[in-house]
Amino acid sequence: MKELRLMKGNEALAEAAIRAGADAYFGYPITPQSEIIEYFMAENPEEKTGMVILQAESEIAAINMVYGAAGCGKKAITSSSSPGISLKQEGLSYIAGAELPCVVVNITRGGPGLGTIQPSQSDYFQAVKGGGHGDYKLIVLAPATVQETVDYVKLAFELAFKYRNPVMILSDGIIGQMMEKVELFEQIPRSDKEYDWATIGKKPGKDHVIITSLQLQPEEQEKVNLRLQAKYREVEKNEVMYKTYDIEDAEYLFVAYGSCGRITQKAMEMARKKGYKVGQIRPQTLYPFPVEIIKKVTGQVKGILTVEMNTGQMVEDVRLAVSGKIPVEHYGRFGGMIPSPDEILNAFEQKFIGG
Amino acid sequence: MIMAENLIKPENLVYEKTKVMTDRVLHYCPGCGHSTTHRMLAEAIDELGIQGETIGIAPVGCSVLAYYYFDVDMTEAAHGRAPAVATGIKRVLPEKYVFTYQGDGDLAAIGTSETIHACNRGENFLIVFINNGIYGMTGGQMAPTTLENMKSTTSPRGRDVKTMGNPLKISELVANLPGTYYVSRHSVHTPANARKIKRAFKKALEYQKEKKGTCLIEVVSNCPSNWKMTPLESNKWMEENMFPFYPLGDIKVPK
Repeated sequence: MKELRLMKGNEALAEAAIRAGADAYFGYPITPQSEIIEYFMAENPEEKTGMVILQAESEIAAINMVYGAAGCGKKAITSSSSPGISLKQEGLSYIAGAELPCVVVNITRGGPGLGTIQPSQSDYFQAVKGGGHGDYKLIVLAPATVQETVDYVKLAFELAFKYRNPVMILSDGIIGQMMEKVELFEQIPRSDKEYDWATIGKKPGKDHVIITSLQLQPEEQEKVNLRLQAKYREVEKNEVMYKTYDIEDAEYLFVAYGSCGRITQKAMEMARKKGYKVGQIRPQTLYPFPVEIIKKVTGQVKGILTVEMNTGQMVEDVRLAVSGKIPVEHYGRFGGMIPSPDEILNAFEQKFIGG
Repeated sequence: MIMAENLIKPENLVYEKTKVMTDRVLHYCPGCGHSTTHRMLAEAIDELGIQGETIGIAPVGCSVLAYYYFDVDMTEAAHGRAPAVATGIKRVLPEKYVFTYQGDGDLAAIGTSETIHACNRGENFLIVFINNGIYGMTGGQMAPTTLENMKSTTSPRGRDVKTMGNPLKISELVANLPGTYYVSRHSVHTPANARKIKRAFKKALEYQKEKKGTCLIEVVSNCPSNWKMTPLESNKWMEENMFPFYPLGDIKVPK
């Protein structure tokens, strides 16, 4: 039975992981996402579903524990916030290279460095362009609501196993900390499926399983890269998700994701009231990026404004999609500051209407 | 006349290669202790009949390709992270036998945190620690366990402990932690020592079955290539210089 609850984003995320049939969570406390591990510890799913919860000694250890569990074909998840996500990049590169499934959550805060504990979207590049060393991609899901957070946890595990690739839920401190009404999906039982790629003990008559990201022969390592790239093309073909708002008659377009997408939606409504025909696209997957819909709208609108809680990151992907055909501008607040709908409307008028 | 083919009969068999080692040719340098250590661990797994229940974790270092040689399921970890990877495996598959195989740079420098915390949690797996006081694969740089005044490519005038720190006795360090159950230091440079370490491996794997806590077995070993010695010279140098600082024997045994 579906269940309706009022929940904090971080707690809802943890509950969703338990219900998604996750086998293990390994994490390390960091603001603004410590409620995730606290919720797990309080709920004690080990007794209910057998899900393992462990507080690791570091972010590095946590992601490597995920690597170990994922290599056994188990549904493993970790979460952190920006500085901690930087520490996980080594592990993510290995997991992507070894082609293992896992889910990583970033409740983003402002940077660089220790930055601030306030929300931000300044880890966009790190999330969508790889983050660690080597040519690899994470599948990146960007929830804008607590409900999407819950739904994406389930989706993230599905995508991770479908492509045997790490999936990141790129959220932020706003969505992690706020409370909203949320409909929880029913408990999915933990799977006891034994995958032939998993290290679960050598089967009689079968070759032993080796999980590695090392190929000393360059010809072989190039093949690994080609295989990964072929996989990413499939992801790009199949998994793009976005929401559109009033794009049918739009003369201008806003592009914004996550919490910023919600604020921008209000700005769009205010612009419409002032007579500007503005539409909006809210990417729900940041990798794969919704290139095709942006290309399509490019022929129709006079200009695009991206709104981001950073100094201009996603705007580069929008510009790539647009290929110089129309002006693409960026408006951002950063360092933990959140843009208001008024500011966004002002920025739009200044950049496109002429203040 | 006695021909070899007449002698190759089951009734004449006195010794054979364990099935827990694959037929792949080892890449290790002649005289290096890795090969013997691999074999003794593989024989221990074989004799306990747990080949299908064992999962190993290879490090970064000379034994990075250990996953080709042990005929058990194997994972390659990032440098120093093997105990964290092993923790992830053991926590989701608590009934399997798990071991890490790590060198001194991997375990006692870049992976010190993972090593100490896995031991402190008393994770139920075996850590095999090869200590030859040098970074082998990268070409002979100073390791955390390099002896005082010992030369390496990054301590060309010998390790000066005033500026380069002291050689780290990681086994004594983790033996102090309540999470470790059995910590023992060995070598594999003589048949007697090789037999002894196999007994230690078997004991450690049996303790793992009983969920007694972390077992760490250190192997004081040689590096003929980077010590720039013949295998025999390196073994002699090891006995004369390594053993006094890293004495062989049990460091922590079950009460």
